[in-house]
Formats: sequence, C-alpha cells, structure tokens
Amino acid sequence: MFFKSLETSSIYVPEKIETKNLPNFISRDLFSEKEISSNEIFQGSDYYILNIWASWCAPCKKEHPQLMQLSKNPSIKMIGLNYKDNPKKAKKFLNDLGNPFLVNLVDKSGIISIEFGGYGIPETFLINKNKKIIKTFIGYLTDESIIQINQIVK
Amino acid sequence: MKFTKTIFLLFFLMSLFSESLANKDDQLIYKISKNLRCIICQGQSIYDSQSDFALSMKLLIKKKIEEGKSEQEIYEFLKEKYGEWIVYDTSLDKKTFILWGLPVLLFFLGGAIIIKKLVFRKI
Repeated sequence: MFFKSLETSSIYVPEKIETKNLPNFISRDLFSEKEISSNEIFQGSDYYILNIWASWCAPCKKEHPQLMQLSKNPSIKMIGLNYKDNPKKAKKFLNDLGNPFLVNLVDKSGIISIEFGGYGIPETFLINKNKKIIKTFIGYLTDESIIQINQIVK
Repeated sequence: MKFTKTIFLLFFLMSLFSESLANKDDQLIYKISKNLRCIICQGQSIYDSQSDFALSMKLLIKKKIEEGKSEQEIYEFLKEKYGEWIVYDTSLDKKTFILWGLPVLLFFLGGAIIIKKLVFRKI
C-alpha cells in the first residue's frame, strides 16, 4: 500500500462534471466593446466551442493552431473568453496569430469563467445546441483533442 | 436647530444600519470562502489563497450575496460546477456516509471494548 501510494500523484484532480447547463451572463465584445448576452451568443449553431484564453498565457499560444483548425469547421461556432487580460495586448495577440473566434468576450474579473466551472486557462468547453456543456478540455488543446471534438461534431 | 439635530440623528442611524449590513455581508463572504477549497492551491481555502481563481471566486461569492442568494444556494451552485470536493464541510449522502459514519462507529466500538475490559477486570 505504501509503495503504491508513492507512485500515485498527491495532487487531487476532482472529477470533471460534464453535461452542465450554461450560465446566463452579460459580457462585452473585445473588439466592438458592445454589451452582449449569453442568449444572443449561444444561438444558431449545432455546436459551440468556448475557449478561455489570455495573451499572457503561454499554453494559449501553443494551442492556437488547433483553434485555427477548429474554426474551419462550419458546424462549430467559436467563442473566445478573454480572461483577465489587457485589451490592447489581447487584440495584438489575435492580430498576430489569427482570430479563430466569431465572438470574443471579455472576462475582466474572472467571474464568467467560474460560472462555466472553469479551473484555469487555457480551458475549452464543447457545447451542444441544447446549451449543455458536453465536453471539457482542461489545459491546452492537442491534436488528440481535435480528433475527439471532430468525432462528436460530425 | 431641532430640525438639524433630527437630520443628523437620521443620517447617523442610516450609516449604522448600512454598516451593519455591510459587515453582515463581509462575515458571510468570510464564512463561505473559508469553507471552500481552492482547486489551484490545493490545501488552502479560497479565503487564504491569493491565486487568480480564488480572487475571482471571492468576487463571485460577493455577487451572489448581493443577488440575494443564501449560503446554501451558493454552495449548491458551486457543487453543481465543481462537485462535492469544492466544499470542505461535505454533506451526508451515499458517497460520503462512510466519512461521516466511521468515526461514530469507531467511537462506539472503542467504548464497547473499554467497557467490556472494565467489566471483566472487576470479575
């Protein structure tokens, strides 16, 4: 039992709760700075990807090519949630690397991320048309994550 | 003069009332954040942690209290998002009954052993 315990990680990772309902919230668009409600955002698509990102987050840069790849899928509406970031730096990040998001929301206080049940950044939620979170990816997206998403979104 | 005194008294009472309300909210934020586990700095409560996650969580608790949500409603909301693990003081259900029941069982078992030994010693 002692040796078995030595091999296991002492960092506890809570079970991921999926098929959660979406929170209702009002945020601001990063570019237009107009107020926008969650009901306006989550409509008119079969699937939605909500990605929590920031320009200061190095793993967000790492997953950017995967997000660009996902943005080519017409069945998915890509939504970015810019977490505790400087708007100028966030815009520069997207201008330099490309903007995979149709809508970019601002989460200045970090409250919206918590209302989604987020753990940190980057984090990605796959949401279906019934406004349920059906899959959560904690950490940066990999090629394997893209395969998993594409298997669900056909 | 009497009118001025009345106005002063009114303002004084109003400030006392609003201060006691604010204190009540602060105490509730303190109580809730002490009972929530920080998932970024494991081993620390939300109150003790200075991580981005904990700071946002404190703001969320404040927002929920201002919206009129009760302590229990806030716990339920967070448990729905993060699971039972987020709360230090876990509720009694089929997953946690051993956690709650075992100490009581051991207490009675230990008591029974001590009583039995004392009774046999007398005999």
